Amino acid sequence: MGTTASQLGKDLLSEYQELTFLTKQEILLAHKRFTELLTKDEKDLPNTRVPMERILTLPELKSNPFRRRICHVFSTCEQKDGSLTFEDFLDLLSAFSDSATLEIKSHYAFRIFDFDDDGTLDSGDLEKLVNCLTGETDDTRLTVEEMRQLISNILEESDIDKDGTVNLSEFQHVISRSPDFVSSFKIVL
Amino acid sequence: MEAMEVDSVFYTDRSGRVTSNPLLDQLPSYQSLLYRRKSSTGGTKRRSSTRARLSSSGSGKWGVNTVNRLEEKQKGQTEQRPIRELAKTMAEKRRDKTQRLVEARELSSWRQWRQSTRRNLRRLKDDAQEWLSSLQLWRGDIHLIEGMFGTGILSYFSFLRFLVMLNMIIFLLMFSFVMLPIIMAPYSSGNTTYNQNDGSICSVYPSSARRGLVIFHEHITDLLSGGGFLEQTYLFYGYYKVDKIHFPSITYNLPLAYLLATVAYLFLSLIWIVKRSATGFKRNLVQDEDRFQSFCNKIFAGWDFCITNENAARLKRSSLLYELKTDLEEERIKQKIKDRTRKEKCRIYVIRLILNLFVIAVLAGCFYSIYVATVFSQEAQMNNTKVNFIVDLINEYLPSIVITLANFITPLLFSVIINYEDYSPAFEIRFTLMRCVFMRLTSIGVLLFSLWSQITKCKEEPCVCGYNHVLYSCWETRVGQEMYKLTVFDFIIIVAVTIFVEFPRKLIVKYCECGLAKWWGQQEFAIPQNVLEIVYGQTICWIGTFYCPMLPAICTIKYFFIFYIKKVSLMNNCRPATRPFRASSSNFFFLGVLLIGLALACLPVIVSVAQINCSQACGPFVNYTTSWEVLPTTVAQLPDGVRTLLFALSSEAFAVSFFVFTCLAMFYVIALAGAHKRVINQLRDQLAMEGRDKRFLIQKLCQAQRLSAIKSPASKSQPRSSRSSPCYHTSFSNNFNEAVFLAHPPPDSSTHV
Repeated sequence: MGTTASQLGKDLLSEYQELTFLTKQEILLAHKRFTELLTKDEKDLPNTRVPMERILTLPELKSNPFRRRICHVFSTCEQKDGSLTFEDFLDLLSAFSDSATLEIKSHYAFRIFDFDDDGTLDSGDLEKLVNCLTGETDDTRLTVEEMRQLISNILEESDIDKDGTVNLSEFQHVISRSPDFVSSFKIVL
Repeated sequence: MEAMEVDSVFYTDRSGRVTSNPLLDQLPSYQSLLYRRKSSTGGTKRRSSTRARLSSSGSGKWGVNTVNRLEEKQKGQTEQRPIRELAKTMAEKRRDKTQRLVEARELSSWRQWRQSTRRNLRRLKDDAQEWLSSLQLWRGDIHLIEGMFGTGILSYFSFLRFLVMLNMIIFLLMFSFVMLPIIMAPYSSGNTTYNQNDGSICSVYPSSARRGLVIFHEHITDLLSGGGFLEQTYLFYGYYKVDKIHFPSITYNLPLAYLLATVAYLFLSLIWIVKRSATGFKRNLVQDEDRFQSFCNKIFAGWDFCITNENAARLKRSSLLYELKTDLEEERIKQKIKDRTRKEKCRIYVIRLILNLFVIAVLAGCFYSIYVATVFSQEAQMNNTKVNFIVDLINEYLPSIVITLANFITPLLFSVIINYEDYSPAFEIRFTLMRCVFMRLTSIGVLLFSLWSQITKCKEEPCVCGYNHVLYSCWETRVGQEMYKLTVFDFIIIVAVTIFVEFPRKLIVKYCECGLAKWWGQQEFAIPQNVLEIVYGQTICWIGTFYCPMLPAICTIKYFFIFYIKKVSLMNNCRPATRPFRASSSNFFFLGVLLIGLALACLPVIVSVAQINCSQACGPFVNYTTSWEVLPTTVAQLPDGVRTLLFALSSEAFAVSFFVFTCLAMFYVIALAGAHKRVINQLRDQLAMEGRDKRFLIQKLCQAQRLSAIKSPASKSQPRSSRSSPCYHTSFSNNFNEAVFLAHPPPDSSTHV
């Protein structure tokens, strides 16, 4: 794999176009932005992994409360340290792009919100999710009572089979009827 | 050994002997089924319950077969879909792709060719879309706004863009069918016949152009009021005094074209708006039904991932917190409202009644002052008493000033009043908004009504020409001028408010340390008010286009500049509202208000086209009593076959049968919707039942495991490693997830035992 825009071969480019929802311009832009994150020595190596901390300096992710989760979900690293290769990065952008299908988006949203990676959203995940949304500090957090009411409301609305957790199909069902999701689940470089 | 034990519980029924399995008979769904079968009487119920039984006993046959079948099905599905729609990593997608290529080689050449063409077509489509989206107006600006303020405010700006496009198209329509033929006529040896004056008193049109030395400020007055040298230009209705244009090959009927272009632009707007709002409307309909998932929407789709600005992120967080708290509060308030005593209820209803009467009184007062202002302004213009430049201008603009003032004061008043009416917070906002919409749009109606009463009021009744020909020899132009003034004034006000109110306010708040300024705070960018403002402008544009065909062009330019003004104002002067506006609800709200505006705009245009006598001194319709008469006259000249067809289409018989047919179609759709709703409820019940089955089976599984553990203490190791990678599947099928649950013991199994 090449490391500068000119080195991103034509075949590779068209392959990326086929495998992702990104347009040619977007892929080139992504490549440029990704290359900027690499250090000098890394630029010569193919398939470099950029550590999560450096990925998070991107302004598009910097102010996102779910930035660590996003990196973890899209990382293909064995050590689960959230580092991304260029292809992981493209996967990320593809899922967040304008033209990605609702199914893809909701799939990844579920994995991002599934903080403990156990395949369902239980009340612990939901609590973390709400805290991420409202901010972690004590004065921005909901009170215990409010949180309890909120989570029971969410479960009442989304937990169709009443097992106390939201699984992927329930989540996708809820998302398919959520009007704001498609417009808000979007990151464009 | 242990796996065998577990399996033996579930795999005994591989041959299909379901009924004899004692375990499956214990399933909660089966139990309740038996119970229901005893008690159920209705035929439909029985059918649905047998279906439930089939599926529940089917779901008992978990095993390699089912999973395999599912996988095959999955594979079959993925076959048809493009690879990029799979939720897999790049390496996996690449592997899939090569695998598909290998598989494709085995296919017939016809299939191969079809696949490759499909792929090429898709790529072509992608490229075309990319190219089109790069042409889109203000792409970068909108992206920037999105990053800084989120999707709620973004929707306002994309709405503005939509209006720019709409006005441009309307202008092109008017231009190409009305103006272009007149402009082209001299160049293409076209022969233009003008409407001739028949010498009656109705057809006297005194020229309003200034004679002699023109002072500079008079030009400005003309420019702002549409009078003087502007009156006899392409700008206004009166200038189009052409009857027919004879081109070498065809004769162009301008009056007909003028009328049809008017009908066309109204229809075009309607269709475009309906098309745009259709998706939003569908979602709103789904949402309204049993107040579905307001919390889920807020939590799962609450964060705007597009936000790139740290400040905006902080704002978003606090607004989300605020919203969640108020929603939870609202739940409690609703509970409180339910618990009200009768005495309290009476008190609240009396207060509401009194306040509503007060609101009506305020509205009536506003409307009356608009009426008086219009009459006064018209009379002052007619008397032609030139006092001085400023007073004249104020006289000209009096209706616009009064309307703007009324629209400035009443929303403030309404927002105070609503606090005493004790509604739930969400309803409060909606209700205030409804009142404001009503105020804004009806004020135009009142203005038109006052104008109309002036136009049709003569000294000696009834009017000779059907309108007051002495004062309004060309009343359409007069209405056009009024609309032109409203548009210009609206624009001036928007610019002035931004420069002289919002900007100083920002400076005061920023540099003044006193408590008052801090309390006052920066101007909030309130989306509803801003939207109302531009919808008001658009309504005027729709009404005015008939009388002033260049108005869409003016509006296009106006909205184009408003976009930049609002953008600058938003970035520098304003802060986003504390209570955010959701993109979904706002899109629908914008278009809903716009639709109301369109309906309101159609009314005066239709009345003036079909009812009021068109002026005999100017305009394309001099030879006709009303503008509409062009159509019957033209139809009468058509060949026989076409004429009978058109008559048949406009006959009552056709109208009635069409109406009946539409009603039938509507009833069918309603019935279908009802049936779908019932099916959804049934499926939901069934799903809840399956959930109970699942828990029951897990319990059984744990028991079996414990038993086997006691029986064979030698095999202690549990295959737990597989849990590290949870199986995510994009299919909506529930069975699969349950299968996963059984394949891997749940982590909290100890609690079940």
